Amino acid sequence: MADTSRDAAYVRQGMIGQRTPPVADRGAIRWLRENLFSSPLNAILTILGALAVWYMLSGLVPWLLRSVWDADSLAECRAIVQQRYGEGVTGACWAMVRARWHQYIFGFYPPALYWRPVLAFALMFFAIAPLLFADNRRARLILLSAVTVLGGGALFGVVYGVAPRLLGAPVESGWLPWALSAALIGLLGLAAFRPRAFLGFVALYPVIAYWLLWGGSVWGPVCVLLGFVLLALVYRLLSPHLGAAAGAGAAVVAAVVWWLALQGYVSGPLQAALPAALESVNSDRFGGFLLSITIGVTAIAGSLPLSILLALGRQSDMLIVKTLSVGFIEFIRGVPLITLLFTASLLLQYFLPPRTNFDIILRVIILVTLFAAAYLAEVIRGGLAALPRGQYEAADSLGLDYWRAQRLIIMPQALKISIPGIVSTFIGLFKDTTLVSLVGLLDPLRGVTSVVRADIAWKGIYWEPYILVGTLFFVICFGMSRYSMALERRLQTDHR
Amino acid sequence: MTDTALAPASGMNVSDEVAIQITAMNKWYGSFHVLRDIDMTVNRGERIVICGPSGSGKSTLIRCINRLEEHQTGRIVVDGTELTSDLKNIDKVRSEVGMVFQHFNLFPHLTILENLTLAPIWVRKTPKREAEEVAMHYLRKVKIPEQAQKYPGQLSGGQQQRVAIARSLCMKPRIMLFDEPTSALDPEMIKEVLDTMIELAQEGMTMICVTHEMGFAQAVANRVIFMDQGQIVEQNEPRAFFNNPQSDRTKLFLSQILGH
Repeated sequence: MADTSRDAAYVRQGMIGQRTPPVADRGAIRWLRENLFSSPLNAILTILGALAVWYMLSGLVPWLLRSVWDADSLAECRAIVQQRYGEGVTGACWAMVRARWHQYIFGFYPPALYWRPVLAFALMFFAIAPLLFADNRRARLILLSAVTVLGGGALFGVVYGVAPRLLGAPVESGWLPWALSAALIGLLGLAAFRPRAFLGFVALYPVIAYWLLWGGSVWGPVCVLLGFVLLALVYRLLSPHLGAAAGAGAAVVAAVVWWLALQGYVSGPLQAALPAALESVNSDRFGGFLLSITIGVTAIAGSLPLSILLALGRQSDMLIVKTLSVGFIEFIRGVPLITLLFTASLLLQYFLPPRTNFDIILRVIILVTLFAAAYLAEVIRGGLAALPRGQYEAADSLGLDYWRAQRLIIMPQALKISIPGIVSTFIGLFKDTTLVSLVGLLDPLRGVTSVVRADIAWKGIYWEPYILVGTLFFVICFGMSRYSMALERRLQTDHR
Repeated sequence: MTDTALAPASGMNVSDEVAIQITAMNKWYGSFHVLRDIDMTVNRGERIVICGPSGSGKSTLIRCINRLEEHQTGRIVVDGTELTSDLKNIDKVRSEVGMVFQHFNLFPHLTILENLTLAPIWVRKTPKREAEEVAMHYLRKVKIPEQAQKYPGQLSGGQQQRVAIARSLCMKPRIMLFDEPTSALDPEMIKEVLDTMIELAQEGMTMICVTHEMGFAQAVANRVIFMDQGQIVEQNEPRAFFNNPQSDRTKLFLSQILGH
């Protein structure tokens, strides 16, 4: 190196080329030094951490490696492990999963009808794809193609494989998987080539899913749909005369009167005139992940719009709206979910007119929805509070009215800010569906597991059911979490 | 800002038609009396600059004109429509009065083009194509048509403010309000925004600007209003206002902002 300090004048004769850093400062060694052994304390912690991980894995991994998949009872499992690996050795007994997985998925749903929940589940992806990937047609079609293939395969599987094995006889309607797979392919085509018409299916999905899961006359769900048509009609007719708010109020009243009082008189005769029904399945046959997903998905879909209204209500200048919103949110957040579930299963019966048969799953769904909505409302309020006042003022100064400003300016931004909180609440809600075992429903964790343990063959099985259910919950919740992170990245427009 | 000081162009004529009429208007924040007995008439084609120390109520005054703030007593009539709590009147006034804010207040989740077309499409019910044509016209006018597909966060402050001006213009307002449009900008970006505003003034737009850009006031304003403690202290045409201020408060203010 030239000494530049002595002479003020200095001219470099040649430029210095790139050199590699010293050995200790590059590649894996550098990474280890920086991340694991940056100081004596960190080195000790690294070693202790590695020991702890080793200790845990040394118990778990051999247990998993000694898994038994082929046995008819826990005793047989143990005998096989002992015979293979010697006295006093334990191993996982996954034979239970092989024998009982259908109950973890479907509960006591009749095996001959397994195709109905499978179809409803596959169609669910068709219904949410336009929402999940609103601006990414490619991702949407990839997802739906996968769902079509897997869903079609599952339909064949349950009709030709699972149901005959469980029932000991072939299922009568063997043509079903063919017809339904064709229908799925048709829907895929609709989604690919007529996205607008496809949105009609999205609107119909809740009714279709309800009919598939619970069965019964098709006219019941159709009449429920007619209620929405009535709602729209009344609003269209009255809002020009009464104003938007009064028109909406009248429309809601008309629809509720239709649903509660009138539709029964219409759907009955229609069914008599044009019988079209699926074999009905009672709510007590539901169980396992079928139950969790039914409650979870419905409550998620219902709680988001409700929570937006609650969050706006809480910010409102109108005293009564504000008081009701605050009161509702604080009441629900102040009461444990289990209390609400007991209310759903027991107390509600006292308040309803005698001999009304208000389905237990429906009751639970309503209360879980209200519960999640209260928490979500606070999450969304946080998002609203994070928006600068200037956004409201800009919307106002452009002449946008309240609802348009909310829909076009405020909510897109507030919801984007709240995505992590919203998805956390959804994940919590989905996991909380296991609490329904407390009101006698057959949740996958405690309900189905206790059914399995009640069988003499699997009495005393302990870890395997929890690991199975835990893994399935993890896969679903982790999926939601990853999706939310991808969504956040996609909506990030401020510093691209 | 002497380089933007142009001689008033011939197009800047003031008509006799009244655009905004404010009579005996008062406003309180809680018990604090922000605006006191404001009387003000703005004719069509006027370019008014309002200045004054911070807290003097100048921003509040122009925010009352499109009802971002509510006044308690007195009358504000904009283009023949009186501002009352009647929502229809408020919407009517707002769609005829454009406003540009200190912090731009663009919608960060929408592209520049979407920012410009949103209000015409949803408030004016303009077809999307037509709205986009109008938007591109105004983007060319503020000299940033190439940014149409970007998001506000990708633009410089000066560009964002010009987009904000274009967004207001897309609603074809008859009056424009500017609330300290250059106060949040770097010095070199101030010029591009002021140039846009000067161009607008030359086309005969009725403008009320809250600003401390005295060069702008001298170049385009036909009237300068000085406010302090919620009241109009002095108003005059710019030359007289700057060269021969009457009240001591105005003299003090001018010596402070022009002194350095």
